[in-house]
Amino acid sequence: MSAKKTAHELLEDPDFRDLSSQKNVVSIILTILELVLYFGFIALIAFNKPFLAQKLSEGSATSIGIPIAVGTIIGSWVLTGIYIQWANSKYDKLVDKVKNKFQ
Amino acid sequence: MPQAPQAAQTMIGTANPTAIMFFVAFVISTLLITWWAAKRTRTTKDFYAAGRSVTGFQNGLALAGDYMSAASFLGIAGLVSTKGYDGLIYSVGWLVGWPIVMFLISEPLRNLGKYTFADVVSYRLNQRPIRAAAATGSLVVVITYLIAQMVGAGTLIKLMFGLPFEVAIVITGSLMIAYVLFGGMIATTWVQIIKAVLLLGGATLLVILTLSKFGFSYGNLFHQAENLYTNKFLEPGGLVTSPVDAFSLGLALMFGTAGLPHILMRFFTVPDAKEARKSVFYATGFIGYFYILTVTIGFGAAVLVGQKIIMGIDKGGNMAGPLLAEALGGNLFLGFLSAVAFATILAVVSGLTLAGASAFSHDLFVGVVRRGQASEKDEVKVAKIATVGLGITAILLGILFKGQNVAFLVGLTFAIAASANFPALVMSIMWKKFTTAGAVSSIYAGLTVATVLLILSPTVWVDIVHKSEKAAVEKAVTDIETASKTKIADLEKQKVAGLEAMKMAEIDASISAEKAASEPLIKAEKAKMPQPIFPLKNPGIYSMAAAFLIGILVSLIAPDKVAESKYDAQKLREYVGIGAED
Repeated sequence: MSAKKTAHELLEDPDFRDLSSQKNVVSIILTILELVLYFGFIALIAFNKPFLAQKLSEGSATSIGIPIAVGTIIGSWVLTGIYIQWANSKYDKLVDKVKNKFQ
Repeated sequence: MPQAPQAAQTMIGTANPTAIMFFVAFVISTLLITWWAAKRTRTTKDFYAAGRSVTGFQNGLALAGDYMSAASFLGIAGLVSTKGYDGLIYSVGWLVGWPIVMFLISEPLRNLGKYTFADVVSYRLNQRPIRAAAATGSLVVVITYLIAQMVGAGTLIKLMFGLPFEVAIVITGSLMIAYVLFGGMIATTWVQIIKAVLLLGGATLLVILTLSKFGFSYGNLFHQAENLYTNKFLEPGGLVTSPVDAFSLGLALMFGTAGLPHILMRFFTVPDAKEARKSVFYATGFIGYFYILTVTIGFGAAVLVGQKIIMGIDKGGNMAGPLLAEALGGNLFLGFLSAVAFATILAVVSGLTLAGASAFSHDLFVGVVRRGQASEKDEVKVAKIATVGLGITAILLGILFKGQNVAFLVGLTFAIAASANFPALVMSIMWKKFTTAGAVSSIYAGLTVATVLLILSPTVWVDIVHKSEKAAVEKAVTDIETASKTKIADLEKQKVAGLEAMKMAEIDASISAEKAASEPLIKAEKAKMPQPIFPLKNPGIYSMAAAFLIGILVSLIAPDKVAESKYDAQKLREYVGIGAED
């Protein structure tokens, strides 16, 4: 076990740096994905209505727009699930590691 | 094949004994919970944050409860039943803010804050100016949202229970004061959880009953919807016309969710950042599921009840859900769902009141007036006085705004939350060089720009301020059109069989002449239409940009070395939770 560190030393600790940069990268990537998902959907409505109006298949009444809209809802939830998955498996372990080094 | 019935007998709008029975049962059980909670509410931590004893799953339900208002349940089902696919677009917009809350806000908020989001913004900045500004932002959001909810409550309860508007508002306001005053956050959370379970359960049952009419196939449901209302019903229509407007509304919905004080407050009720994060995962799942149910209910109501009947009872379609419940489950189910809708309104206004009271007592009284020096006893006392004051204000404003078009207030709430609260919060968490002056100017800029632009927008400037001029123009246009149509119809009548070709051509020429004559008249009238000073319906894109830009510029012009030096300590607490409030 390494020696206990003060708050100031901890900030310079490679584990803490690793933890904060990983968290920032994951948060920002997922935020961008969510923005692309939603504003992509809005852009389709604004610029390509005929695409959304197409039928799913011959003889079906369901337009492509319906699964895309529901997919945006489910996709948003899946993104929160990915974050949880990452945080539980990686982030929490790093947090514990850094916490243990604290005096 | 189920047909849209031509006429229906409905109990909606009458004093429905089943609904009243269910509602009384809800009130009694929630008051019992409040009584139980009152015994456990001693300290500020109990009153504002339920003693930080709420689990991630419970908080997920409570967050979902705060967000699934009666307006979204009845309103989105109504919008889908009358406008089809456009209603679905709208519901997607309400969900997408939640992942943002999770990725950027939830964990830092829990680790850095105590009871209000102003705790986080002021963490390394000057307490008094920040708390004054943040509390102003919170209170404006809370009060505008409260007015919208109260007026909605009065109208909906009148429609569903046949109670007079004022009586409905006074009942709602009094119960809300009782929950918050005696039971604080513990009672408010449990009221929210019970309501969320009832609402999700009721909506699930309604969807199962609906789909059973279509052999549990969405394909069949959409087929019938297409048969009744053409394929246009299942395609994007007129809701999104201007891309910039759509983008602006999307921004306000997305980041407004991450700036609503009654939502942010819930992250202080869980024991740690891990539970805070978990609660957003559950909340997003529940809310997404709920919107999918609501959209199904909307399409189901359009097919099984029919647009004519839905719009005959309420033009906005708000009664689509209750009407469908009545058609499928009779009076018993209608009564249950009406009671759930009432409970929903109650729970949402309680959460708002508590958020407003905490901004008042924790930020304004303790932070600004007492400069951080106040006993817990005094703080709880002020919070309770603020609760009663806000409750009475909400009742009075609700009655004052009776019959007014308050839909714009929801837009205003989200625009202000996205512009005044969200930018300051996110910059204080992420940006080392953020200063007190930057935060204060960002909050006031967001607040002012959002409010002023919304007043100058088509939603308020044309539809409310120049309502009579707009109506006059519309009437003049209709008058010209009707007169012209009557003339044309008269001419058409002269076209009897056996008329000689020359006479026929003469009549056709007169018809075209009439059409040509009326067109410039209509154009001239339409030119008199009052024009908005600001073209977009939602100011989000400009007000958010203003808040970020001003916050950044002011911080860069006058750097604050003290605040900068405290950023490292903040980071340690933000990421690791060292020193976070127990």
